Amino acid sequence: MDAHTAHAAAEPHGPPAGLMRWLTTTNHKDIGTLYLWFAAAMFLLGGVAAMLIRAELYQPGLQITHPDAFNQLTSLHGLIMIFGVIMPAFTGLANWQVPLMIGAPDMAFPRMNNLSFWLLPPAAVLLIGSAFVPGGAVGTGWTLYPPLFIQGGIGYDMAIFAIHLMGLSSILGAINIATTIVNLRAPGMRLMDMPMFIWTWLVTAFLLIAAMPVLAGAVTMLLMDRHFGTHFFDAAGGGDPVMFQHIFWFFGHPEVYILILPAFGIVSTVIPTFARKPLFGYRSMVYATVSIALLSFLVWAHHMFTVGMPAAAQLFFMYATMLIAVPTGVKVFNWVATLWRGSISFETPMLFALAFVCLFTIGGFSGLVLAMAPVDVQLHDTYYVVAHFHYVLVTGALFAIYAAVYYWLPKWTGHMYDERLARWHFWLSVISVNVLFFPMHFLGLAGMPRRIPDYALQFAAYNQIASIGGFVFGAAQILLAIVVFKAIRGGAPAPARVWEGAQGLEWTLPSPPPYHSFTTPLRMTP
Amino acid sequence: MSGLPCVRRIGPFAVQVTAAWAATVSTVWAQWAIDLQPPKAEFAQRIYDLHVLILLVCLGIFVVVFGAMFYALWRYRKSLGHTARPFHEHTAVEVAWTLIPFLILVAMAWPATQAVLMQKDTADPELTIKVTGYQWKWEYDYLTLGVKFMSSLATPREQIEGRAPKDAHYLLEVDAPMVVPVGKKVRLLLTANDVIHAWWVPALGVKQDAIPGFVREAWFRATEPGVYRGQCAELCGTGHAFMPIVVEVRTQEGFEAWLRERQLAQARAAAEAQQRFTLKELMARGERVYAAHCSACHQANGRGLPGVFPALAGSKLVLGPAAAHIDIVLNGRPGTAMAAFRNQLSDVELAAVITYERNTWGNAAGVVQPAEVKARR
Ligand code: HEC
Ligand SMILES: [Cu+2]
Repeated sequence: MDAHTAHAAAEPHGPPAGLMRWLTTTNHKDIGTLYLWFAAAMFLLGGVAAMLIRAELYQPGLQITHPDAFNQLTSLHGLIMIFGVIMPAFTGLANWQVPLMIGAPDMAFPRMNNLSFWLLPPAAVLLIGSAFVPGGAVGTGWTLYPPLFIQGGIGYDMAIFAIHLMGLSSILGAINIATTIVNLRAPGMRLMDMPMFIWTWLVTAFLLIAAMPVLAGAVTMLLMDRHFGTHFFDAAGGGDPVMFQHIFWFFGHPEVYILILPAFGIVSTVIPTFARKPLFGYRSMVYATVSIALLSFLVWAHHMFTVGMPAAAQLFFMYATMLIAVPTGVKVFNWVATLWRGSISFETPMLFALAFVCLFTIGGFSGLVLAMAPVDVQLHDTYYVVAHFHYVLVTGALFAIYAAVYYWLPKWTGHMYDERLARWHFWLSVISVNVLFFPMHFLGLAGMPRRIPDYALQFAAYNQIASIGGFVFGAAQILLAIVVFKAIRGGAPAPARVWEGAQGLEWTLPSPPPYHSFTTPLRMTP
Repeated sequence: MSGLPCVRRIGPFAVQVTAAWAATVSTVWAQWAIDLQPPKAEFAQRIYDLHVLILLVCLGIFVVVFGAMFYALWRYRKSLGHTARPFHEHTAVEVAWTLIPFLILVAMAWPATQAVLMQKDTADPELTIKVTGYQWKWEYDYLTLGVKFMSSLATPREQIEGRAPKDAHYLLEVDAPMVVPVGKKVRLLLTANDVIHAWWVPALGVKQDAIPGFVREAWFRATEPGVYRGQCAELCGTGHAFMPIVVEVRTQEGFEAWLRERQLAQARAAAEAQQRFTLKELMARGERVYAAHCSACHQANGRGLPGVFPALAGSKLVLGPAAAHIDIVLNGRPGTAMAAFRNQLSDVELAAVITYERNTWGNAAGVVQPAEVKARR
């Protein structure tokens, strides 16, 4: 027994057993695991909502939902997927990986870390519970626009409090991650030595700290208008409903990048591993990340091209939005250049990362089309927009999360996952997701508005195809659950360096890593 | 020439068959459209061209970049025994692929800017129509011409609920379309009564939010007579999918004929308000008004939706004195979804719908005449 394990065995503060371990844990790995399971559970709920939506839209006419229920489904689907799935999943990945990748023993504020997570379950209970009170859940879409929002019942107030809790959780999480990255890096690791995943999360953390309070303010103003006689958004009292949209999207656009920057980081980690080559253009990747983040605060009103802004505003937001294509393009070019003259193999994380590059770019292109203000006049609030943001968030953010889970799962569990089943998951997902979302471009172009439970006959064919794609995509995700359970329960033991081409500190620890990692500081030699 | 009579007989038949066939093909074909609707107005055409341009640029870039990517994936596979070359920087290349996209974007911005300026130029209209969005219908007010009417969904409930076959224009038909002359610059002044709606007709290239308390402008100049259909594009509650827009573009003469007819009809309606009606007349009329204006919330069976919209069947207020019932329908209830119908419905329509509510679903509370409604305005 060497000195290190002897010390660990003598520690009085090993994890308590059972439920108390998870309630009281301050360990970054435990909390990361909690976040990821939470995201998985929410994904199931948001997914059920999506299946119901696609079932209703399978053919014209009202079949299984009342329009009110349909509006609640679309709204809950959006809120759950954004605040309950993608954001917690990224935070879970950060909790697991940030200390491992920068050589830190744990997060900077372990107790706050516990609080950040445990704010989420009550928020989820409020949000989902709101569907069961008189009047039901929010039916305004995830964008909560007044005056429609003002008309709602008590479920709307519950949603406001849920958003407050989730916002608080994100802010605390972001402070923790930023502090950890800035202060707890292994001595000798300079900023420009950090892995891209760490860079993108650092930038994301600042975006969160800047944007989430704005959302909290906006929903608080809604609450005041609803109950305390203010008229922020009521023209009859001197307010302006469009002001809500400005405030909301001032949060909402950075939010879009909160949902995608960590995905960029993951893809920039996975592709070099399986191309067995260092990332091309590391510096320009960092600069691109930072400039995307800065620009993201200047483009919010491209979500509002039809509210009737003056020409000058319309032009400003159009130019600023088009400009974002430049740093985004740099990223895509760098990924392709990383592949160039590599030695490429196609394990599941790589497959998802490559699908990300291709399909996220389709979302990027449709974004460019939407950025052209005059074209957006036709496409705003149609299925084209639905197609656009699902390419960016499903084949973008979600696929990156899948890549990360497959990439690090052997490190977390100590077992290799079932590669054959994982490939099935990939191929079924990547085909069905395109059957699901690609026809939505055509629906939008042909004139189908979004957020409708029933539609005209000329939209029937593509809706049916999209629904079939949706059901297959939904079913395919069961495979992911099977792969993960199998890897947790057993499988070929994973070596410390799971992937031949993997670089970074996490691969210097055994798989799974000890409960407390890097208890003695590393020294990096640049 | 002995074949001629035969041709004569077959001729119309063939025309009919071809027309029917063409109609089926066009509905089937419409389902597989992969493009914007054919533009039928100046600005819509501009949008169309701009979209084609940007789409081609995107396709070009896509082919180049992903051509390179898939080539790399195929050529540099590990299974071929390719060993990696660990280069990871090249300043010139990186500068190039920052600058070239930037220049492409500048080139794209030029036509887009011109289109924005064109869209915002609402000066010198030849006809101005005020458009008001209501939950869930539209009101068109031809400001200088003294014509004003509501336009709501005409698709019957049975079709929506699958109890009857759906028409070709399912969900895209209204009781009274907006009518405009071809080739004239029509300016719209848009606002809303309750929540935000958006007035959108793809073929005319107009989508503009209608915002309560504010007036926004939009314009179009239709290039071809025809019937153009669109929908509300901003989520506005339960009936969002059920407030279509139909614009009939007519020749100038056709437009004027329609205008005269409308003006006459409005004069007749004003005269009607002086009359007394029987229960039967009011009930028949009231049922239609109820279906168009009230049933989305209070439901066709009068039972409402618990917790959201109150039941009118057996309601104390409905069965109580007529005055209170008239008041709530006239003035609405501020801060709830119950809107004021005083400007949306005429005295006759109000009397009809109130009478209907008081005497159906087991209610029995007597007749309300237009004069009583008028007295409480
Ligand atoms: C947008 C939804 C909506 C529409 C459309 C609507 N109502 Fe209402 N109505 C309501 C709501 C909500 C209330 C309850 C208001 C309150 O809280 O007092 C209500 C209340 C009423 C009441 C009072 C019921 C009671 O028992 O207190 C009457 C009568 C009524 N509506 C009649 C009508 C008529 C007539 C129409 C059509 C011309 C109509 N409503 C259209 C939502 C609607
Ligand atoms: Cu509407």
